[in-house]
Amino acid sequence: METMTIGKALNTGLRRALEADRKVVIMGEDVGKLGGVFRITDGLQKDFGDDRVIDTPLAESGIVGTAVGLAIRGYRPVCEIQFDGFVYPAYDQIVSQVAKLHYRSRGKLRLPIVIRIPFGGGIGAVEHHSESPEAYFAHTAGLKVVACATPADAYLMIQQAITSDDPVIFFEPKRRYWEKGDVDLGVDPATAFPLHAARVARPGRDATVLAYGPMVRTALDAAAAAAEDGRELEVIDLRSLSPLDLAPVYESVRRTGRCVVVHEAPSNVGLGAEIAARVTEECFYSLEAPVLRVTGYDTPYPAARVEEEYLPDLDRVLDAVDRSFGW
Amino acid sequence: MRSSLGKEPGLGAGRGGESPGEPPLVQLLTPEGDRIDKAVGANGVEYSVDFSDDEYRAIYRDLVVVRRLDAEATALQRQGELGIWASLLGQEAAQVGSGRALRPHDMAFPTYREHGVLYCRCIDPIMPLGLFRGVDQGAWDPNEFKFNMYTIVIGAQTLHATGYAMGITLDGRVGDAAEGDAEAVIAYFGDGATSQGDVNEAFVWSSVFNAPIVFFCQNNQYAISEPIERQTRVPLYQRAAGFGFPGVRVDGNDVLASYAVTRAALDAARLGQGPSLIEAYTYRMGAHTTSDDPSRYRIAAEVEAWQAKDPIARVRAFLHRQQIAGDDFFAEVDADAQRRAVDLRERVLAMPDPAPISLFDNVYPHGSPLLAEQRGQFARYQESFEGSAH
Repeated sequence: METMTIGKALNTGLRRALEADRKVVIMGEDVGKLGGVFRITDGLQKDFGDDRVIDTPLAESGIVGTAVGLAIRGYRPVCEIQFDGFVYPAYDQIVSQVAKLHYRSRGKLRLPIVIRIPFGGGIGAVEHHSESPEAYFAHTAGLKVVACATPADAYLMIQQAITSDDPVIFFEPKRRYWEKGDVDLGVDPATAFPLHAARVARPGRDATVLAYGPMVRTALDAAAAAAEDGRELEVIDLRSLSPLDLAPVYESVRRTGRCVVVHEAPSNVGLGAEIAARVTEECFYSLEAPVLRVTGYDTPYPAARVEEEYLPDLDRVLDAVDRSFGW
Repeated sequence: MRSSLGKEPGLGAGRGGESPGEPPLVQLLTPEGDRIDKAVGANGVEYSVDFSDDEYRAIYRDLVVVRRLDAEATALQRQGELGIWASLLGQEAAQVGSGRALRPHDMAFPTYREHGVLYCRCIDPIMPLGLFRGVDQGAWDPNEFKFNMYTIVIGAQTLHATGYAMGITLDGRVGDAAEGDAEAVIAYFGDGATSQGDVNEAFVWSSVFNAPIVFFCQNNQYAISEPIERQTRVPLYQRAAGFGFPGVRVDGNDVLASYAVTRAALDAARLGQGPSLIEAYTYRMGAHTTSDDPSRYRIAAEVEAWQAKDPIARVRAFLHRQQIAGDDFFAEVDADAQRRAVDLRERVLAMPDPAPISLFDNVYPHGSPLLAEQRGQFARYQESFEGSAH
């Protein structure tokens, strides 16, 4: 067991993946010599060479489109999109090609591509650097979408995403890159907790709080505060956004009767809406109150000086739990 | 005829009858069927072909069969057996010439119109018809056929081709053009596609990574109704210079020149000389697809002018004049093409509709529990109609 940051855990997981399969190649802007603007790929080009860790020209559609060609050739590309807000030029290649080629070929072609995207706000950045675009990808059949929230999961899930033959959009909570946690480096990704499974991050009996990525920590902070007032919140880290693993969620809501979903992404047509629909359908007679959502507002992501008002925080989560109890 | 796009002086040899001021065109067989021994391209390379009589006859057969099958598909669409068809009428030489230049282990990335290239790769011509009939999305294994699936999003395949070519380099399969292991990629796209960002990104990528790829642009003068002047101010082959690799314009209605230029470009790519751009100057004699009405945007006189440059008529004239083939041969080829067209028709009409439940297949290699659940709901819903006709 080692204590390390999410960034270091991703770096170590990527290293393991490069060691395990020589068909794995990392590609993206600044990933090689610089080691990535967040240093997630630090040291990898030095150790594996520029045939395995490729510095690309500045064009996201080119990164993903050439990854498609490499995958057809038999490689397992791991693309880095530098920031969430810059994935959009690649959106056509992702949605029209990466997502559809397996279906188009009636199963004859597999595209084992991973597209890593640092996402979310709270880093005081200028425009386009704090987006939460996960719904655009979860809505697209043919893509798997995951988000890690802890160093242990970052280390595990990046390896699992790379060995999966599905195309995986891999969201990384950039505001949490420097937060530390315990990582079991000896874990075997093949037999460990599955990639597309939700995990109870904190057990509780009074209300179920669902979160993913950067909001898991926020939800846990809210649960710690609620516990001081005698309320036990069960926090579930969804981990897989598509497909959603809702069996543990249903089991939890059937016990607690109350559900709150938390995400930075805007409310309108966000993942919370999908989850609310499913939880309501499956747990209708167990619910004491409707499924409530704590989200970013339906505006473009705001300027840094007001982003703390925009982002869900501990207080807004507790407020939603209170509203649920007041129903 | 399109107005002159460039003001540069032409080169002496091989201009093949283009008017003064037009960019040079590599041509080895004139529209009248006269052979030109050598032609020099704008890239300074000299081209020629050395075909035996058998090879001339074989390439004529390819052209005739490709046109006949294409006409059959157009007829099938008019009869409601195909939902849509994208005809290659007029572009047979560009496709057969370049298609026959490929070696078996080269990889081709087509658009949705390269039925002639598909045929020359010895692929069953029925293969793309599932797409146009609506029974599938044009499904086949690109690696089995060394021919990618048809790509409908304009220009997207040029990036796929570039990535594949980068894979060839990573595999160390570049550097020996003579025999064996070296491989090259050809990416097909049209004049309209050259405006797409993805195509320009492919040019950037292939140039900085020195990818073993030939970019083969069939400039058929139109992107649906948009004429070439709406896509570019310069002759398309000149685009390559901006990205740092050679470009050449070839008479896309000349199967010999198309073959020679493509063969040389592929050899250069296999040798590790990186990308090149071939602009095959041709004309879309038919409509963009069977849903299009070209009479709304072009005049008959223009089409007639290109009719005089027909790619097949010139080969026939050459074979006849050089006594390489006579009427018996031409009749036999027509009959062969007709037989193949009849066979294609029969097999298209016999294509089964997919079972409704199969729309859930092959979304993910590893499947999805939620989708499996939904598939089950669909199956139960379908079964609830059992007993009633539907």
